[in-house]
Amino acid sequence: MPGLTFERRLMFSYCVDPDTLGTFRWFSCYLTTGVHWSFYLSFLKVLLLLAVTAPVALSFGFAGAMAARSHFPPLSWLGKGYIAIVRGVPDIAFFLFFVIALDQGFEWIRHKVLCPDWSEPIRQGNDFLVCQSAKLPLGTAPEWVHETYGFILAVITFSIVFGAFAANVLFGGMRAVPHAQLETAEAYGMTRRETFWRILVPQMWVYALPGLSNLWMVLIKATPLLFLLGIEDIVYWARELGGTKTSRFTEYPHGDWRMWYFLFLLIFYLGMTRVSEIGLEKLMRRLSHGQATSGGELLRKETTA
Amino acid sequence: MKNLILTTAALALTAGMAMADTVRMGTEGAYPPYNFINDAGEVDGFERELGDELCKRAGLECEWVKNDWDSIIPNLVSGNYDTIIAGMSITDERDEVIDFTQNYVPPAASAFAAASDGADLSGGVVAAQTATIQAGYVAESGATLVEFATPEETIAAVRSGEADAVFADKDYLVPIVEESGGELVFVGDDVPLGGGVGMGVRESDGELRGKFDEAITSMKADGTLNEMLKKWFGEGTATYGTDGSVVTN
Repeated sequence: MPGLTFERRLMFSYCVDPDTLGTFRWFSCYLTTGVHWSFYLSFLKVLLLLAVTAPVALSFGFAGAMAARSHFPPLSWLGKGYIAIVRGVPDIAFFLFFVIALDQGFEWIRHKVLCPDWSEPIRQGNDFLVCQSAKLPLGTAPEWVHETYGFILAVITFSIVFGAFAANVLFGGMRAVPHAQLETAEAYGMTRRETFWRILVPQMWVYALPGLSNLWMVLIKATPLLFLLGIEDIVYWARELGGTKTSRFTEYPHGDWRMWYFLFLLIFYLGMTRVSEIGLEKLMRRLSHGQATSGGELLRKETTA
Repeated sequence: MKNLILTTAALALTAGMAMADTVRMGTEGAYPPYNFINDAGEVDGFERELGDELCKRAGLECEWVKNDWDSIIPNLVSGNYDTIIAGMSITDERDEVIDFTQNYVPPAASAFAAASDGADLSGGVVAAQTATIQAGYVAESGATLVEFATPEETIAAVRSGEADAVFADKDYLVPIVEESGGELVFVGDDVPLGGGVGMGVRESDGELRGKFDEAITSMKADGTLNEMLKKWFGEGTATYGTDGSVVTN
């Protein structure tokens, strides 16, 4: 049997010869192979991506919305341009080309700073060439550094894309706050800055939350785009592990099991959406508290009745 | 003090050499027996064994990287890895964008596999992997081409009846047809395609290409490449003579 020359780390001692095992034991070995651990690890990767991307995208969105409603025209154009351009470009195009461009951009800057004496052109035909020390990560870096770098690029890309949508939602949320509230603040002698931070921002969330919760749901489902960025996510592994395996290349041959793996992913995604719905519902209740909206009014009646 | 300076200089020098010598090998990991992911989750297959041996002979330190087939060339020219060693046939179209070493697998036959003998290969629906020479061949043959991102999906399309046949490297199809229990059979004649399988490198990377070329030549000359070919593709596979010429067995 070629291909089975690698050193095996077995979860259970009886996994030495899987062909002879009963169904239950066979599966206990099959589901604990090295590739399956990579599969389980990819779930953590996806959760980590969500946990990091959501706040970063929200801050991008907040900055974008603030810029868009600025009274200083160039800043306002910048904010509105960001929202319009990123929302208009198809995600898949963004994920395919932007990441390579971003990576090359970083390397180009490092190249200019670190290798000022370099005389050869950076672009030679199709090739993009920077000096060795400008490579990001360095060619000598271990594989996990490369993977972490890829992950960071993914977070930046996801944040820029979802930040643009969030900016639009927050921009709408800011405009939905009743104007009378702002005028009252002004009448009390607050500056524009104070009105913004003390009156507008605390009240806008309740208007923005339905839109933001939509974005969160879309973000959860957009994580398979990670594979376009070279990160092995849960969908990649489900496809890889579920595919037909012949006995020449594995000790655990099986037919096309992709359906079962994707069914498992379906359950995972449904579970994620359910948990998110419950969390967002709670958040909405909290934000509505004391607000001059129908939701806030409902809460007031509940507590006084 | 002088000693210290010397040591530092030596250190800096060796560090610089180590930096230049790490070669990142890009592969797909989904195309057995060329390359696949084994039960332990590592890159395995003919090209893993070959690549490790080539690096040893060329005195290079190599690291394996997985990349999706669709973006395997853009990521090479962008410098994310230094070679493509992924069962890639040498074709004129690809040669315009990247360079190839000499082939390390002789020009091999591609074959059709179908659910029954009577599959219509010239007018029916034929599945092939996107951006492969097989896809190009089917597109010109008059049959309706359906493309899939991975080899696995091309087989699944035949099993599900979505395609009448799949057209792929015969080496890839053999183990699948053998283990299908008669569900899949080879139909039609084998078609020789492409200029063999070679290693892809950036056009500006002539030095690296030279090193690998030299290592491949030495493996052809002492017969080790033939042993690997027979081990992974079976006794009947085409091999090389000591002068590098192709021998069909």
